[in-house]
Amino acid sequence: MKQIVDSVMDWVEVRLPVSKLYKEHLANYYAPKNFNFWYYFGSLALFVLVNQLVTGIWLTMYYTPSGAEAFNSIEYIMRDVEYGWLLRYLHSTGASAFFIVIYLHMFRGIMYGSYKSPRELVWLFGMGIYGVLMAEAFFGYLLPWGQMSYWGAQVILSLVGAVPIVGDDIALWVRGDYVISGVTLNRFFALHVVALPIVLLGLIAMHLFALHEVGSSNPDGVEIKEKKDSDGIPLDGIPFHPYYTVKDIVGVVVFLIVFCTVVFFFPDGGGIILEPPNYEPANALKTPDHIAPVWYFTPFYSVLRAIPNKLGGVIAMGGAIAFLFVLPWLDRSPVKSMRYKGWMSKVALASFVVSFFILGYLGMQPVTPGKTLAAQIFTFIYFMFFFLMPFYTTMEKTKPVPERVTG
Amino acid sequence: MKKVIVFLLMCIPGLVVASGGGAKLEHVQIDAKDLESLKRGADLFYSYCSGCHSTKYVRYERIATDLNLAEAYVKENYMFNTENLGEVALSSMPADLSKGWFGTTPPDMSLEANLRGEDWVYSYLIGFYEDESRPFKYNNHVFKDVGMPNVLEGLKQELGEEKFKAAVTDVTNYMAYMADPVKVEREALGIKVIIFLFILLIPAYLLKKEYWKDIH
Repeated sequence: MKQIVDSVMDWVEVRLPVSKLYKEHLANYYAPKNFNFWYYFGSLALFVLVNQLVTGIWLTMYYTPSGAEAFNSIEYIMRDVEYGWLLRYLHSTGASAFFIVIYLHMFRGIMYGSYKSPRELVWLFGMGIYGVLMAEAFFGYLLPWGQMSYWGAQVILSLVGAVPIVGDDIALWVRGDYVISGVTLNRFFALHVVALPIVLLGLIAMHLFALHEVGSSNPDGVEIKEKKDSDGIPLDGIPFHPYYTVKDIVGVVVFLIVFCTVVFFFPDGGGIILEPPNYEPANALKTPDHIAPVWYFTPFYSVLRAIPNKLGGVIAMGGAIAFLFVLPWLDRSPVKSMRYKGWMSKVALASFVVSFFILGYLGMQPVTPGKTLAAQIFTFIYFMFFFLMPFYTTMEKTKPVPERVTG
Repeated sequence: MKKVIVFLLMCIPGLVVASGGGAKLEHVQIDAKDLESLKRGADLFYSYCSGCHSTKYVRYERIATDLNLAEAYVKENYMFNTENLGEVALSSMPADLSKGWFGTTPPDMSLEANLRGEDWVYSYLIGFYEDESRPFKYNNHVFKDVGMPNVLEGLKQELGEEKFKAAVTDVTNYMAYMADPVKVEREALGIKVIIFLFILLIPAYLLKKEYWKDIH
């Protein structure tokens, strides 16, 4: 028996280097041994992705992408399909979980300078994933065809109209109609279930290949490849498998405990994951009192509303995301990790995180003059984090980085 | 750095609390597991509400199963325009006519409790007051210039204030059930899932510890 298995394996190996891939990416991929809590979110993002793909495939089996039937088919899934409610809640909660995990993953990257040389491409692919993920979430949110789905999409697509001269034509082209309609729903469905997942998977593959080429950074920002033993193995490296696979399993179980608590006990997330107006079918003639995007877009929505000029707001909103892409070139610090940067970087990062949270909160709220002023102040702080980064990262006094990782 | 993170996490509840406000609603205490209350609520709903309001996502058969009612009872008391238990509960009122009568077609009630919230439904149903300027002589505290007549007024006269509020609580409970019929099953399954995950955490953690014991 063993001989047969071995010969089959050899036959495959000659034609496809399975064990080579296994070694390069798992068994002989050396990761720093000092990963902490913040390093769970990469593997968790992959885990949530699989959840979204699997539940998404099953949802498409019962969902009807048409203006007349979309809303009904969601209730059909919720009530008549066996465990349809579970599939849907896993998918809707999974969307929010995806953003939480990704935001924490990005925060880790910023805090420990994971984007710095030689990992700029890892960061750029990651940001590409984030951008596609936002598009994916935006298209997916229209599909339940509730009032918030409809008007949220209406508001966001109308932003395209702010582009001078061609804006309205582009918005018309994207919608395929003069308002959001069943035509828009069908194309968003196609983009959500086919086009963007393909792009997403491609980018994730690039993100991982680029990462495994240069190797993971770590909380100290020490390059473990610089100190190797006589066999050429990094002294502070341990094979990803089995060490980080068994560690990440613990992370997945803890994540699932939190995730399933939401799925089974608070599936609408207090109106944040599933917004109450979405329990009413889309109606082009009735605008809801208060339109707010889903929570993961609200920081950027706040930036948009903070600028009194529509085109200016759209540019600022785009800028709020675009600046993240160029972080590797804004950070001029000689050290990677926040552990060894000076107080200015720490204050800057803390104010950035605070403004991100506050902008996120303000984006869910109806506009008042006081809240608009607050949004303007925190938009300013948000952008200062980026604008001033080349200066504070060069001016401040950094601490010496140790030779080896400190655990 | 850790202190900063802890501080930020501590800010979150403050932000959530600050997001409250809006119209003043009466709070209602309902229990999705109280089958007696749900049955009383259903009895009232199909006597007073279903004539005008459809519940096009709610099947009679499902009501019988979930509320533990005999099919004959459901047929006798809830079903007025169909003999088929697999049907959904639709009003017999033609939409175009009702629009003329009330100014708007009575909306579907399947998801109302999720759309507006349980407290809103309860406050609305007890919120009617006399207003001579309105066509049906009634207005509502939480829904200004509502088109619906005060259909529960007779019930209120009959039962008195206290018992009427209890009856409306039952109706609210039933409407919450219609909006989220799987709640009880979902939470029962959820407890099992969470217990399983906590048990799974033990070997997962021990496995990690065993592998990592040599790493310093």
